Amino acid sequence: MSIITNINKAFDHRIRLGIMSILMVNEYADFNMLKDLLGATDGNLASHTKALEKAEYIKVEKQFIGRKPNTRYSTTALGKAEFKKHIEALEKLINKQ
Amino acid sequence: MESKDYLKDISDIKNMMNKSSRFISLSGLSGILAGVYAIIGAAIAYWLVTTSERGYLILDGTIFRICVFILLMVALCSVVTGIILTTKKAKKQGAKIWDATSRRLVFNFLIPLVAGGLYILIILGQGKYGHTGGLMLIFYGLALVNASKYSIGDIKYLGFIQIILGLIAGTFPGYGFWLWVLGFGIMHIFYGTWMHFKYDK
Repeated sequence: MSIITNINKAFDHRIRLGIMSILMVNEYADFNMLKDLLGATDGNLASHTKALEKAEYIKVEKQFIGRKPNTRYSTTALGKAEFKKHIEALEKLINKQ
Repeated sequence: MESKDYLKDISDIKNMMNKSSRFISLSGLSGILAGVYAIIGAAIAYWLVTTSERGYLILDGTIFRICVFILLMVALCSVVTGIILTTKKAKKQGAKIWDATSRRLVFNFLIPLVAGGLYILIILGQGKYGHTGGLMLIFYGLALVNASKYSIGDIKYLGFIQIILGLIAGTFPGYGFWLWVLGFGIMHIFYGTWMHFKYDK
């Protein structure tokens, strides 16, 4: 079986990799935290979080802190497992060459 | 597809995990120094107690008060060193030191620690000081395990070791002092060195 099969297309972008990396080590992160860390624009980040949400790799919770809307992201169990597989596949590819 | 891109992916992932997770920023060096402070403090306390007239510790003496003072100084020096070195390291990495992650980390670290600290003060007030060393180890260990949920998770193991040492100290209260030195002194140095080579290099 080819190891390429474990390379996940859903993570094949710098911003998406970044979102997943942050959420792997943090219980949750809000939109502004992701934006600060990744240096992405609102629209760009929103489209990538939406894609990851659609794949059910991350969970989105909208709430209010006082009067300000706040969006919180966290990984799902599926997202964690898929991301781990993706990293392992990357490592294998690198080691092979 | 080139392996160079994958290498970059991996380094991006590592970089993001480091940047967003505060404890990684806590330098190994501060762990080593905290351990050194603990050992120096313990050595002074040991010397004071063994060279005193009685040769053991009682609750309402000057020596006891000095020992409590040493303990507080060790804690204060460790925290200050940790803050200074972590700030320095975070600046070098261009990361913010006080953000949502570090707030969560500190808050969750403090819950068991403050609860334990108050409990120890309460039982000291009742004159039961034989288990202080063990209780400090247990609550500190719980604080580490609790805080580890908000970071990469290596401190979890340090936490487990402290809890185990604390339980051993509970079984053999006479060795509380030495287990305290082992937990707060030697384990910190050991762990700090390990962290230093794993992440700071």
